[in-house]
Amino acid sequence: MKFRLFRFRGGVEPASHKAATNCHPIARLPLPKRLYIPLQQHIGEPAEPEVEVGQRVLKGQLLARHQGSVSAPVHAPTSGVVSAIGDHRAPHPSGLPVTTITLESDGEERWIPTDPPADPHALTPAEITARVKAAGIVGLGGATFPAAVKLDVGARHRIDTLIINGGECEPYLSCDDRLMREGAGYVLDGVRLIAIALGAKASCVAIEDNKPEALAALQAAAADHPDVTVLRVPSRYPMGSEKQLVKTVTGREIPAGKLAAEIGVSVHNVGTALAVCRAVRFGKPLVSRVVTVGGGAIRNPRNLVVPIGTPVADLVAFCGGFTQTPHRLLMGGPMMGQILPGLDVPVVKGTSGIIALTAAEAHEASQRACIHCGRCVDACPVGLVPLDLAARVRAGRIDDAAELGMGDCLSCGCCAYVCPAHLPLAHWFNYAKGEINARREAQRKADATRALAEARQRRLAEQAAAKAASRPRPAATSTENDR
Amino acid sequence: MSWSSRADGVPPSAPHVHGSASVPHTMRTVILALSPATLFGVWLFGWPAANLIVLSVLAAMLAEAACTALAGRAVRATLSDGSAVLTGLILALCLPPWAPWWIAVAGAAFAIVVGKQVFGGLGQNVLNPAMLARVALLLSFPVEMTAWVVPQPWLAAGSPGFVEGLAITFGAVPLADGVTGATALAPLRGADGGVSEPGSVVALALGMVPGSLGESSALLLLAGGLWLTARRIVPWQIPLAILGTLALLATVFHLADAQRFASPLVHVMAGSAIFCAFFIATDPVGAPVTATGRLIFGAGIGMLVFAIRTWGGYPEGVAFAVLLMNAATPLIDQYVRPRRYGRTRSGAPLPAGAAASEKRDG
Repeated sequence: MKFRLFRFRGGVEPASHKAATNCHPIARLPLPKRLYIPLQQHIGEPAEPEVEVGQRVLKGQLLARHQGSVSAPVHAPTSGVVSAIGDHRAPHPSGLPVTTITLESDGEERWIPTDPPADPHALTPAEITARVKAAGIVGLGGATFPAAVKLDVGARHRIDTLIINGGECEPYLSCDDRLMREGAGYVLDGVRLIAIALGAKASCVAIEDNKPEALAALQAAAADHPDVTVLRVPSRYPMGSEKQLVKTVTGREIPAGKLAAEIGVSVHNVGTALAVCRAVRFGKPLVSRVVTVGGGAIRNPRNLVVPIGTPVADLVAFCGGFTQTPHRLLMGGPMMGQILPGLDVPVVKGTSGIIALTAAEAHEASQRACIHCGRCVDACPVGLVPLDLAARVRAGRIDDAAELGMGDCLSCGCCAYVCPAHLPLAHWFNYAKGEINARREAQRKADATRALAEARQRRLAEQAAAKAASRPRPAATSTENDR
Repeated sequence: MSWSSRADGVPPSAPHVHGSASVPHTMRTVILALSPATLFGVWLFGWPAANLIVLSVLAAMLAEAACTALAGRAVRATLSDGSAVLTGLILALCLPPWAPWWIAVAGAAFAIVVGKQVFGGLGQNVLNPAMLARVALLLSFPVEMTAWVVPQPWLAAGSPGFVEGLAITFGAVPLADGVTGATALAPLRGADGGVSEPGSVVALALGMVPGSLGESSALLLLAGGLWLTARRIVPWQIPLAILGTLALLATVFHLADAQRFASPLVHVMAGSAIFCAFFIATDPVGAPVTATGRLIFGAGIGMLVFAIRTWGGYPEGVAFAVLLMNAATPLIDQYVRPRRYGRTRSGAPLPAGAAASEKRDG
C-alpha cells in the first residue's frame, strides 16, 4: 500500500543527542541481586499478587494477575525467591511508595516451561490477543496502556491501518532505534501478528529520518512482506504522539474525544511489537526491556537490556556512574519524562530511558514576563493558544481555560520548549488538566449522589404507595383520600 | 537532592530541555539588526544625532529602573531584558536628528512610564511605547518634531563638531534656517508628484535625504530586517503584509492617476515604512499571535499608512497606523485562533466518519 505523508501543525526540532548512545550495540545488564517489581506498571487497575513471601518462582512465572478490564499481569523477571511484598518507592516525582514485590534472584535464570504455538500466524485474532494479555504487555513507548485492550478494539471497530510507531522523537532516547537495527526481523514478525489480531489490511512502520540504519534494517526485513510498508517520516517532535503520527501517515485526524480505532487506525510502539513477537511466537512474557542510559552526566551512555524491577542505581553504575552530579535525573525523554526521586527506584515496563542531564544541557533560566511573541502558538501541535491558556490558569480561571481547549493539550511541552520567557507552560497546563479532571470527577460524584438520593425518594414513595394499596380498603372514599 | 529543585522554586517538570530562545537574546538581536541603520544615521547627521540616541536610551533605562523600584521588583533583572534599551533606541531613531535634549528625555520617559509601566511592565502594554511617545511628542511639540535637517555627513564641511553638537542638542543655538528641509514624504501628498524620477528613489534607498534619525537608509533597514526575519526573531507575515498592502494600494492609485499619487517604490522606500514593517510593528507585545492574525494586522497597518499619507493631516502615518492596529490586536486574537486538532473551526469534534483529509491546519 502506498502512503502519502501529511504534515502536522506545529512541533519543534530539539537537538537529538542520540549519537552518544545509538552507535553502541545493546548491552546486557548483569543480573541484579534484587529486583523490585511494582504491581502497577500500567494504566488501569494494579495487578493482584499471586505469590507469597518466601515462595520460589521461575523466570516468567506469574507474580500478580490482572484485575478489571484495563490492567496487566506482572511476571518474574528472573528465577529466585519472593522476599517481600510491600511498599517501595515508585519511579515517580512524588517518590510515594507503591505495592511492590521484591525478588531475590538465585542467579540461575531458570525459565518456566513455555507453550509456543506451532505456527503463530495461524492463530486467530482472539488467541493472539489472549497471549498478549497473558504476557503482561503494555505500550512500551511510555504510555503503558495495556496492549491487549488496544488489540481487543479490533473486534469492535474495523481497523484498516496499523501504524507502528518507530518515531522515537524524544531527544536522547535511542532504545527503539537499536531495537529496530538489531531485532528488525522480530519487530516485523510482531507487526504482522498485531495486524492479524486487529484484522488490519495494511500496516506501516513509521521511522523518523534521523534513523537511517533502523529504516534500512526494517526495509530489508519487510522486503518479503508486501502487507507491511516501512515509512520514512520527518524528524519532528512530537512525531511519536499518536495523534500527530496518525495525521502524518493517513492525513486524517482523530476526532476530539474519540479513539484512533474509531477512524480505523491503531498505533503501537516498535518495542511493543517486539514484545508481542516474543510473547506470541515464543510464549515469553514481558520481563525485560531496552533502556537508554544517557545524558551528559553519564560516563558511558548506552542502551541496556534490563530485567523489569532493576534499581536505577544498577544501570547508572554499569554505565560508569556520573561524571558530575546530574542537574536533572529523568525517567523517559527530556521533553515528557519525569524526574526521579532517587536512584533506588526500579525500572518498570514504561521506562524508555534514564537520562541524567547536566545544567548546560537543561538550558534552564529564570522566568521572565510573557512578551506575547506567539512562538508557543506556532509550536503547539494541537492548535491551542498556550499564552492565553497560561494567563487564565495563572489567574485561577480554570473553567475559562477549559473553554479554550485546555483538555485538548497533549502535555508534549513544545510551548515551554520554545518560550523565550522560560515560562513553565506545560507545568501549569498539567496542573490545570488535573484540576479540570478533579472538578469533573467531583461533579460526577455529586450527580451520582443526587441520582441515588432521588431514586431512594422515589423508592420510598413507591413503597408507601404499595403499602397503601395493599391495605384492606375499608371504603372506596377513604382510598380516594389516601392518594 | 540537586535534581529535584530549581533556582526559582518552581518544581522541575517536563520539558527538561529548552530551546535557545530568550527574551534578552531576542532584544539583543533586534538591537544588533538596527545597528547598521543607527550608525548610518549618526554618520549622516553627526554629533547631535549621537547625543540624542544616548539621551533617549539612558532616559528609558532610568525610567524603567525608577518604575521597577517603585513597584518593588528586581531592577537589575528587569533592565537586563533589554526592552527599555530597545524602546529608547527605536524612539531616538524616529526623532528629528537635531531635536533638543528634552524631546528625547521626555519622550523616552513617557514611552516607558505611560506607554509601558503603568500597564504592568513588559508584555502587559497594549500600545507600542515608542510610537505612543512619538505621537505624544508630535502633538505636543509640532515645531521641534518637524525640524528636518538636511544631511550633514560626519567630517563634511557643514557637520557640527562635538562641542557644537552639544550646543545643538542642549539648545544653546537655534537651528539656522538653511539647514532644514522638507522630508521625502512631503511630496507624497502634493499635487506636483515630482518625486517619481529615479534619482530621488536611489537617494531614498541610500538615505541621503532629510528625515528622522534612523529611518533614512531604506536599504540598511531592509538588510537588518531581512536578517531578523531569517533568524525568525520577527515573523515574516507582518513585514510582508505591511509592505505588500502599501505597495498594492500605491500601485492601484498610481496607475489611476500618476500625477496625484506617488509610485509604490517611493511609498515603500520613503519615510519609515520599512523601519515600521520590520522593527516597530513587529514588537510582539502589541501584535497578534497567530499567522493569520499577523497578516490582518500588517494589512491594516499598510492600509492606514497609505490612507494617512495620502489623505491625512500628517505627512507620515506610521505611528498612528501602528497604534490603531495595536488597539485592534486583542480583537484579532480573540477571533483568529488556530483550528484545534480533531475539531472543526467552531470547536466541535470532527465527525467520526470523516475520511476526507484536512489539507492544512490554520
